[in-house]
Amino acid sequence: MSLLEVKNLSVDFDTHDGVVRAVNELNFSVDAGQTLGIVGESGSGKSQSVFSIMGLLAKNGHARGSVKFDGNEILNLPEKELNHIRAEQIAMIFQDPMTSLNPYMKVEKQLMEVLIKHKGSSKEEAYAQSLQMLDAVKIPEAKKRMNMYPHEFSGGMRQRLMIAMSLLCRPKLLIADEPTTALDVTVQAQILQLMHELKNDFNTAIILITHDLGVVAGLCDNVMVMYAGQTMEYGSVENIFYEPAHPYTTSLLKSIPKLTENIEILETIPGNPPNILNLPIGCPFEERCYAAMTECKLSRPDLVNFENSRQRACYFEKVRYE
Amino acid sequence: MLKFIIRRVLIAIPTLLVLISISFVLVHSAPGSPFTDDRDIPPAIMKNIEAKYHLDRPLIVQYCYYLKDVVTWDFGPSFKFKDYSINDLVNKSFPVSIKIGFLAFLFALIVGVAAGVIASLNQNSKIDYSVMTFAMIGAAIPNFVLAPALVLFFAIYMKILPAGGWNGGEWKYLLLPVFAMSFRYIASIARIMRASMIEVLNSNFIRTARAKGMSNSYVIIHHALRPAILPVVSYLGPAFVGIITGSVVIETIFGLPGIGQLFVNGALNRDYNMVLTLTIIIGGLMILFNTIVDILYAVIDPKIKY
Repeated sequence: MSLLEVKNLSVDFDTHDGVVRAVNELNFSVDAGQTLGIVGESGSGKSQSVFSIMGLLAKNGHARGSVKFDGNEILNLPEKELNHIRAEQIAMIFQDPMTSLNPYMKVEKQLMEVLIKHKGSSKEEAYAQSLQMLDAVKIPEAKKRMNMYPHEFSGGMRQRLMIAMSLLCRPKLLIADEPTTALDVTVQAQILQLMHELKNDFNTAIILITHDLGVVAGLCDNVMVMYAGQTMEYGSVENIFYEPAHPYTTSLLKSIPKLTENIEILETIPGNPPNILNLPIGCPFEERCYAAMTECKLSRPDLVNFENSRQRACYFEKVRYE
Repeated sequence: MLKFIIRRVLIAIPTLLVLISISFVLVHSAPGSPFTDDRDIPPAIMKNIEAKYHLDRPLIVQYCYYLKDVVTWDFGPSFKFKDYSINDLVNKSFPVSIKIGFLAFLFALIVGVAAGVIASLNQNSKIDYSVMTFAMIGAAIPNFVLAPALVLFFAIYMKILPAGGWNGGEWKYLLLPVFAMSFRYIASIARIMRASMIEVLNSNFIRTARAKGMSNSYVIIHHALRPAILPVVSYLGPAFVGIITGSVVIETIFGLPGIGQLFVNGALNRDYNMVLTLTIIIGGLMILFNTIVDILYAVIDPKIKY
């Protein structure tokens, strides 16, 4: 049994212009200690799908389907029960460490409150453990830092702080929503290295959301490629990178600059993602796809299994390895 | 922080000096004098009186006399109530105004913040709409309309509260004036608090707190309240000024022996020193209060350092 098993997860938002389906029938699972990467462009529903798992959707959002964690259904649980899963079982770190930490609260309190709430720790225990965790994420002068406010930290240090905070209760699953997007490249590398080490030390499963394929390659076991709220392709990181089976994945990979080749103009995917308020009846990627056929316009391809554990949603016969 | 306070006190001195000078010129340029009367006063007596109060001297000399009064904090006898010194009158009225003003201020703050928070937590519900309707009404009705209406209803029809008077500050006599004075500030504070709370509750660090499994009430009290109250704190400065100027109207309507009434009588009687003294006191209070607000700001927001 997988640690997290997501079945037919959909997320709808009520807006003034009608109901928007941000996430459409997602299926995926994460095993203990494994890392799943969710890749996609902005607005492809990556973040909303994990927000729905954590019960963090905006008020006008509704999630449907099934999310089983350790065998128990957790989707749409009442707030009270969810609060025992959040941080205790599933922790989350966010995209923008500048705004995701409370600027009005000392770091020590933001860390300690997690332990006091979930573990019933005394203030002294909570302080000692928080301090230890700051050391574990390699924040220098941890003791002095405890007594500071987030704005006194640099961007990379704040993300370390977020990671420390999320790991305090030793959760089985860590959801990282674009943890390195707001950071510069060298700091990104440090944070990824840190996550990689912590994953081994704490044996935490990770869902890593990103639009940076380089990040995925370094950290993930499996990858799910999303587009317009749907899964386009799902497979192991080797498969996705060396034998992509969906034209969208292929196009994404082509648009990465390579250090080994000297290319003047980087390849891009023409056009823009479709308006999710008004999705075409066919494949959402059809308009921009180099392999589009008449079929693609008429109906949406189902997500089908192939080669054991791989999945893809495409009518394109030949799985092209390039 | 200490440096900041000292600097504020030092800045207050020239501010007050400007305030005194402008008020002095304004008061003295009003036509008539404190001793203009229907009865004709024999010119000899008038001359004596004017000499006694230095009114026969050039304005600049009178100004210097007045500055001396300010420095020694002894403003001499009232021009109109000759048996009382200005110090006596102010000392007697000041506590009345402070009591009412402070109660109104506190009441507005507590009720306003509570109403704003409740409205924000029930955004776009019936509760929210009723609070906001109340806030709109509060902002629209001036206190000189509200106060007589309250008197009409509670004192004349219901006969449960006195229409006015002080009676040594008994609570029954305080209710209507305090409510009339605080009403529009309850409304404004509720509106500000609602808007800022809604904004804070949508911010990323609140999402983080929820993701940490903190209960809703914990998130609101420990994470959201502090940042959400900042705009209210910055509104407290103007609100305080409004309550003081409003007290002139309220004290007159309810016949309360506070500095507001003293002010109105002083102005009507051209009681020069009385008006000037009250101007300085109120000006000083405003400077003091704005300093307190600034300090409060630094206490609440760790990013602000003086």
